[in-house]
Amino acid sequence: MQYLPNIFFAIALVAGIGFFVMNIRKLIRNIKLGKDVNRTDRKPERLKNMVMIALGQSKMVKRPFSGFLHIIVYLGFIIINIEVVEIIIDGLFGTHRVFQGLLGNGFYAFLIGTFEVLAVLVFVAVVLFWLRRNIANIKRFLSSEMKGWPKNDGNIILYFEMVLMSLFLIMNATDTAFQTAGIGNPISQFIAPFFDGFSSEALHIIERTAWWIHILGILTFLNYLYYSKHLHILLAFPNTYFANLNPKGQFTNLDSVTAEVKLMMDPDADPYAMPEEGAEETVPEKFGASDVTDLNWVQLLNSYTCTECGRCTSSCPANLTGKKLSPRKIMMDTRDRLEEVGENIDANNGVFKDDGKQLLNDYISPEELWACTSCNACVEECPVNIDPLSIITDMRRYLVMEESAAPQELNMMMTNVENNGAPWQYNQQDRLNWKDEE
Amino acid sequence: MNVPTMAEMMAQGKQPEVLFWVGAAGSYDDRAKKISRAFVKILHEAKVDFAVLGTEESSTGDAAKRAGNEFLFQMQAMMNIEVLNGYEVKKIVTCDPHSFNTLKNEYPSLGGKYEVFHHTQFIQKLISEGRISLNDTTLKGKKVTFHDPCYLGRANEVFESPRDLIKRLGVNLTEMKRNKQSALCCGAGGAQMFKEPEKGDKDINVLRTEDALATKPNIIATGCPYCNTMMTDGIKFKEKETQVLVKDIAELIAEANNL
Repeated sequence: MQYLPNIFFAIALVAGIGFFVMNIRKLIRNIKLGKDVNRTDRKPERLKNMVMIALGQSKMVKRPFSGFLHIIVYLGFIIINIEVVEIIIDGLFGTHRVFQGLLGNGFYAFLIGTFEVLAVLVFVAVVLFWLRRNIANIKRFLSSEMKGWPKNDGNIILYFEMVLMSLFLIMNATDTAFQTAGIGNPISQFIAPFFDGFSSEALHIIERTAWWIHILGILTFLNYLYYSKHLHILLAFPNTYFANLNPKGQFTNLDSVTAEVKLMMDPDADPYAMPEEGAEETVPEKFGASDVTDLNWVQLLNSYTCTECGRCTSSCPANLTGKKLSPRKIMMDTRDRLEEVGENIDANNGVFKDDGKQLLNDYISPEELWACTSCNACVEECPVNIDPLSIITDMRRYLVMEESAAPQELNMMMTNVENNGAPWQYNQQDRLNWKDEE
Repeated sequence: MNVPTMAEMMAQGKQPEVLFWVGAAGSYDDRAKKISRAFVKILHEAKVDFAVLGTEESSTGDAAKRAGNEFLFQMQAMMNIEVLNGYEVKKIVTCDPHSFNTLKNEYPSLGGKYEVFHHTQFIQKLISEGRISLNDTTLKGKKVTFHDPCYLGRANEVFESPRDLIKRLGVNLTEMKRNKQSALCCGAGGAQMFKEPEKGDKDINVLRTEDALATKPNIIATGCPYCNTMMTDGIKFKEKETQVLVKDIAELIAEANNL
């Protein structure tokens, strides 16, 4: 019977991690639904981006206040998690504060003391985050795409962190032996007096309860990630590694189009040529994107990485002037549709069954797409190098090349370019007239 | 004014130092034509041996590409590349950041590899080579703010060349609240120039003009013919056209030096 807690702990640990791994595999499967794109070149540059931007948070601090708070929570998250290693060992082997013996009193006191200070800082930062989200009337948290689940999701994450940090401190404060030793408790020593009248029995029960809820809470939070916007804590790293390294103004040149244009411009090409004998009948490639499977895997990874901070939207000229376009919504829609496609595949034994829906129209409207000025402000702003513009461009390509559904004025512009080599209706022969005017 | 074409150059068996890519706006738009002429004056002053394609120049296809028409873009690009490669062009300079971006970044993989300069970079080079100098300009003391064109700034990270030139004019350069990497678009990019904006509560160029007016400038400097149009319209909307001028950096340099 005395091993019961250890067995229960092991089961909880295996179930918690196992379920998480299962979801991560699903996530990778979904990302791989995207088209191939080579992002394994220029490895040193990629590594540098990951180290600077994801690990070093270099883009977060462009907005100093939220950036500073974020660094506290980020450091707290990483450093306090060292404590989880101890909790797991204690839980599995029935030890208590195993690191104290292993590391010696001095170093252990330093570690736990640091964790306690960080726990308080994280708690304060998270409360400030909550106030920003719910009280401070910050425009980017009030957009229409942030109503309902996205808003709740953001708050649930903050509550989780508040509770986990409190439990850690309560657990230390009610650990009689730990408090008696009086080392590594710079914060919990001030919480301990609140429990002064409690019997040692009661204290022990509170300590154990806090300990258990803390670790079960961490396992729950781990599994919550997949269902929330909070995946960025993991995906920020691959996302910054695989991000576009070319100048932001450089759009891709579609290879499928190049092949056709070359054929059109080749004077020796036979327009009536039959496909070669034995050549496989290939379905012509779709131009641009109308659904998530037309996008590439980096764009899909981008969508899972987005944590809906809205810095993109708050810098988007279209959004700032009241247009429907919100780059954050483009990313959220892409992710939600990808999830829908993934669930469809799971429900149909691994094969996607047409559901009569797609990313275009069912999620993202042409009005949003046509409001984009391609100014790259959203790409520049994203703290983890997400590229909403590339998705907008691919969807415009579909609208124009597959549906001929550009706004009328753009059709006129394109007709002019085709006919007289300029977006306006001027004669190409007049192209040099400017030199003699004035 | 003397603007030789590549065809004329070739007939004389000459290869100019640089090709001036004028662009559709610089060729046809009345306001932008002044920028083209101002830049040519600077080229003359620095005794740069240049030529244009003239009637052989055609749209780079940039606007078509941003609108989503990859076919039309690549057709235009390949036609232009055939002409440019036919004349063995090595260096290109343009006053249009959109042409600059697409020639520099999107033409190479289609077979068009050139060294491409924005005119502010090129003028900066002329100064550093001692071919032109900007001393005692007539603009001294004026308050100038610079609007970063998206396709020059964020898209290609050219932030300092235009600012360096402005500072050389002896003017007082005041930055807008949103500048360089975080500059706000004028509203023309992504083919917006050629269509009405979607429904909203304000036009983008008006918002950007408000950014500029907050610096209380005498002159709003730009480095893009489309930004120039948008900011000029914004100034008119704000009824400030008698107090605030919108000028391309090439115009400022040409005027300040009485070229």
